[in-house]
Amino acid sequence: MKNIAIQIEDLKRNFKMGDEVVHALRGISFNITEGEFVTIMGTSGSGKSTLLNTLGCLDQPSSGLYKIDNVPVKDLDKNQLAKIRNEKIGFIFQAYNLLPRTTALENVELPLLYNAKVSTEERRERAIEALTKVGLAERLHHTPSQLSGGQQQRVAIARALVNNPVVLLADEATGNLDTRTSYEIMALFQELHTQGKTIVFVTHESDIASFSNRTIVLKDGNIIKDDINTKIRNAKEELAAIPKAD
Amino acid sequence: MRILNLLKISFKAIVLNKVRALLTMLGVIIGVASVIAMLAIGEGSKQSIKSQISNMGSNMITIMPYAERQAGVRLDRSEMQSLTLEDYKTIKSEAKLLTNVSPQVDGSGQVIYGAENWPSSIYGVTPNYLDIKVWDVESGSMFTDDEVGSAAKVAVIGQTIVENIFTDGEDPVGKMIRFGNIPFKVIGVLSEKGENTFGQDQDDVVLAPYTTVQKRILAIDYLQSVVASAISEEQSQDAVAEVTKIMNKAHNIQEGDTSDYEVRSMEELISTFSSTSEMLTVLLVAIASISLLIGGIGIMNIMYVSVKERTREIGLRLAVGAKGADILLQFLIEAILISITGGIIGVVLGLSATFIIENVLHWPTSVTSSSIIISFAVCAITGIFFGFYPARKAATLDPITAMRYE
Repeated sequence: MKNIAIQIEDLKRNFKMGDEVVHALRGISFNITEGEFVTIMGTSGSGKSTLLNTLGCLDQPSSGLYKIDNVPVKDLDKNQLAKIRNEKIGFIFQAYNLLPRTTALENVELPLLYNAKVSTEERRERAIEALTKVGLAERLHHTPSQLSGGQQQRVAIARALVNNPVVLLADEATGNLDTRTSYEIMALFQELHTQGKTIVFVTHESDIASFSNRTIVLKDGNIIKDDINTKIRNAKEELAAIPKAD
Repeated sequence: MRILNLLKISFKAIVLNKVRALLTMLGVIIGVASVIAMLAIGEGSKQSIKSQISNMGSNMITIMPYAERQAGVRLDRSEMQSLTLEDYKTIKSEAKLLTNVSPQVDGSGQVIYGAENWPSSIYGVTPNYLDIKVWDVESGSMFTDDEVGSAAKVAVIGQTIVENIFTDGEDPVGKMIRFGNIPFKVIGVLSEKGENTFGQDQDDVVLAPYTTVQKRILAIDYLQSVVASAISEEQSQDAVAEVTKIMNKAHNIQEGDTSDYEVRSMEELISTFSSTSEMLTVLLVAIASISLLIGGIGIMNIMYVSVKERTREIGLRLAVGAKGADILLQFLIEAILISITGGIIGVVLGLSATFIIENVLHWPTSVTSSSIIISFAVCAITGIFFGFYPARKAATLDPITAMRYE
């Protein structure tokens, strides 16, 4: 039996907007075991962003249980949350969110800068290792402006990997990329998945979801579908089928 | 380790925004430089005023008879006979806060040399009178104590007299002149002093042994005044008190009695001048402080804008595990680095400005180490103070909204 990476029970999140209370999440439950590649789908307003923020420990649930790596998150203060984010979560954003005018290597080193346990040498080593893993070993000293969109997202993925997180959280990670590059990124995610990484991928494209092994669909703050994907597409093969752009 | 990382992050941020950092520093640079330069000018002029006053014999103390009434009429000081040679000797031997003491008797009359004559004053003194007045002999020499003892008819004359009774280029030393009817041998000429603060021509004097003036010219045996110098300007008030005590004892004056003498110092003169220059310094510091304050506000401004501009970056840092304190320190360190670097450049600039003022404008300046330390400390504090608000603003950002910020 594999360990449970993420455990959610009856998770609710309410926002107060003036006098009205908006129920972004209305009591959802699911577990994600180690090594799963899960996509969370839903239209805008379905609550998927709220869920992602909660999973990423950027936000606290109003009620319910959330355990990451068996640590209950509910009662942690801001600094403890920051520590969880630093050590257990790897974020990948739609807009990459790399530091401008800063080399790929330094961008990847960033999370480790906030971990006092990691020495300067170890930080460098691990950043190089992560960049090698995403295929950017030759681009260590390039700044974001010298990299293509796909490469920038690879740097962001390397940054998410560098702290050996319990789970990789991707928020529309292919949203800014063309189909071909998207598939390249998905191929990378599938590769990471086969290496045993736990991945939670938020998207609104069912095309992208078909690369994962499980899909959770949200609507109006409720889970309306939680399916194991039986026909997983292989991004590498799909990529070979697409004619090269140039 | 953590602080070291934050230092690296802050340093990197400054290097990435060199021009902005430099512009921010500019305010601090100008502030610190002007504080140093202005304090140097203030201190310099204070010292030059002080030395000018010292040249006037600012530690000089004068003891003179108090003009008492006789049958309802106030007598002229010079006719009072209450100050005696005995008093002079007592003061000289007993006063510990005085360095030089000289009796003084003076009279006026015509100075005559050949066919020329000039109305002037003669001062009967002892040789150390020159030290009390801070005067110098330009050529020849001052008379000696022996000549005082023997009431020799020798004189040292001032420049005004030289100009008026001697022809150009004639050396007065060794020549015989007359003061009234009494012949004097000129043995020295005083160097030029110019007018004093009261408009008196200090070069229009004849100095002679007081014994000679007493006997030959005035035919008196009392003194008109005793002049002395206190060990230092600061101690001149104490010296006045000491002399008063000695004189009270000598003249047998009880507390509450009207005394028959008066002791004066130049204290008032000094305090007037130093309060003027003090005011000048305060004014200059005030102006400089304002520029420093504006420099500080400049830092706050830029840091505030920089926090806004880097909201997404802050959001990202928070998302990957930076704590609020990390962000606060990052921006605070950035502000302090900027202000300290600005401070160092400002000190260098201030010192060079002072150097230029001193050597090109020939204004007296004096850089005190305290002005450097103070302005530097103020600028570091400015960095912390004005950097704190924007830094706290950054630290309290919510990572979710910060990352969405456009």
